[in-house]
Amino acid sequence: MTKKIKNLNLNFGPQHPAAHGVLRLILELDGEVVEKADPHIGLLHRGTEKLIENKTYMQAVPYFDRLDYVAPMNQEHAFALATEKILEIDVPIRAQYIRVIFCEIGRILSHILNVTTQAMDVGALTPTLWGFEEREKLMGFYERVSGSRLHANYFRAGGVHQDLPQGLEEDIAEFCETFPKIINDLESLLTENRIFKQRNVDIGIVSKQDALDYSFSGVMIRGSGVPWDLRKSQPYDCYKQLDFKIPVGKNGDCYDRYLCRIEEMKESVSIIKQCLSKMEKGPIKSLDGKISPPSKKEIKQSMEALIHHFKLFTEGYRVPKDEIYTAVEAPKGEFGVYLISDGSNKPYKCKIRAPGFSHLQSMDYLIKGHMLADVPAVLGSLDIVFGEVDR
Amino acid sequence: MKNLIDLEKKINSELTTKVNRTEIKHNQIYLETDKDDLIDVVLFLKTNNDTKFRQLIDITVTDYPEKNQRFEVVYLFLSHEFNQRLILKYTIAENEIIPSITSIFPGANWMEREVFDMYGVSFKDHPDLRRILTDYGFEGHPLRKDFPLTGHTEVRYSEDQKKVISEPVKLEQNYRNFDYESPWEGTKYIKEELDNNDKKN
Repeated sequence: MTKKIKNLNLNFGPQHPAAHGVLRLILELDGEVVEKADPHIGLLHRGTEKLIENKTYMQAVPYFDRLDYVAPMNQEHAFALATEKILEIDVPIRAQYIRVIFCEIGRILSHILNVTTQAMDVGALTPTLWGFEEREKLMGFYERVSGSRLHANYFRAGGVHQDLPQGLEEDIAEFCETFPKIINDLESLLTENRIFKQRNVDIGIVSKQDALDYSFSGVMIRGSGVPWDLRKSQPYDCYKQLDFKIPVGKNGDCYDRYLCRIEEMKESVSIIKQCLSKMEKGPIKSLDGKISPPSKKEIKQSMEALIHHFKLFTEGYRVPKDEIYTAVEAPKGEFGVYLISDGSNKPYKCKIRAPGFSHLQSMDYLIKGHMLADVPAVLGSLDIVFGEVDR
Repeated sequence: MKNLIDLEKKINSELTTKVNRTEIKHNQIYLETDKDDLIDVVLFLKTNNDTKFRQLIDITVTDYPEKNQRFEVVYLFLSHEFNQRLILKYTIAENEIIPSITSIFPGANWMEREVFDMYGVSFKDHPDLRRILTDYGFEGHPLRKDFPLTGHTEVRYSEDQKKVISEPVKLEQNYRNFDYESPWEGTKYIKEELDNNDKKN
């Protein structure tokens, strides 16, 4: 006698701690083996691109914080670079260093979150507790420089909003001394951990070719052995003057991607140290008075400055007609902005290329044939944040 | 090819009539083609040993509602080998159906779904053309320029019906679109006047 067996459909999320946000994943299961995965996204869609079209260039910056909200300044960086290229303005060297320092802090923020929560998804609680203590310190730096822990709104076209407050450089330098020890502690918990390896080694393997075909970038492509990092290959700001290495994986599985992230954090610390030692006093935003607002002191004394301040914060600056695609190496991969300006004070179009969108798309291909318990492991190593996937 | 100018020449000589216009700007190469030549051009860019644009970065559309050919479809490519970026564009009218490139780049799947969702442009031979970012049962295409910023409907939980319902947007205060552009050099009639004066002089 034969019995007909029907595949089981399982809804994973949208409220599930391992979904890393509001992902609704519809899994078709044959026993415990996943036959098909259909991610439903868009539950956090806020229409960022539409909103940016209706805001001036300066008002558009905060929307970038809310994309990948674990590394806000990296996103702002892409938009600032795109606008600068169209406006053809130079960024003072000190501002470049400050931006790079905070981008690397963002990278560490994002990688700590990812590594430790991935560990939690496969059953380890301690790394999260240790890692989040460090994130708290880093967000403290964010707060001291911009006034808020998460949504910084700090980068501007032409530089940054304000100079570093007194004492911050020393505190970041001190963090760079203590943090490598924390990375070692995390590694001692995870890297050779039997359970962690059993859950991650040979899971979610991506071949080189598939990584290219599925538009992967960042750690997802480096984990598969493609040495590609925009900070090296298409350097922006002062990355050219810095000395750092690009960790590359071998097998393209979840474990290699974890190793890449750990190594990248160490490199980020070294980049921050170099920036701190090279940084000199100087201006922190473009000297072009038609783009950078004047200082408070000038406003009190000069009528012209007051007028410029008023015009810049109401009308905003106008950006000549042009179109450009600019990308930065965000912690999760290539984050790009395709900006079309029409000569007015608002972008005509601002398409945001989020790395997580392409990564999540490959979920079906990655998870097919794996067990149900591998879904959180693969999802964790994709490093998905819904702010940027849904936009 | 490492050199952008050589690359431009190569593309022009190989694709001849299939490319309408090429331009080098911001260290990137911009190509314009036609809807019917899209597949050939994309295949060439991906497979040719001198171009090797093996990664599709993104697909998007720009909406120009005042034009006859309303939509401009934009493809962004990246070549890891030569460290080059390429932007491929073509224009279509409102109800045209365009070919899908999912068979060449599997990663195009969601990008095309997004374009379909946001702009209402349909793709031929797409394996799974559903809405992606908007809500289940959503109507309209939000990124079109004629779609209002506030949208048409809003959702709320109805205590009477014991379910989530959607109804037309009711705002206490409408979205106010201030025209901040400086009248001294911004508005159209003054600009035209200035231009005319320049011509006279």
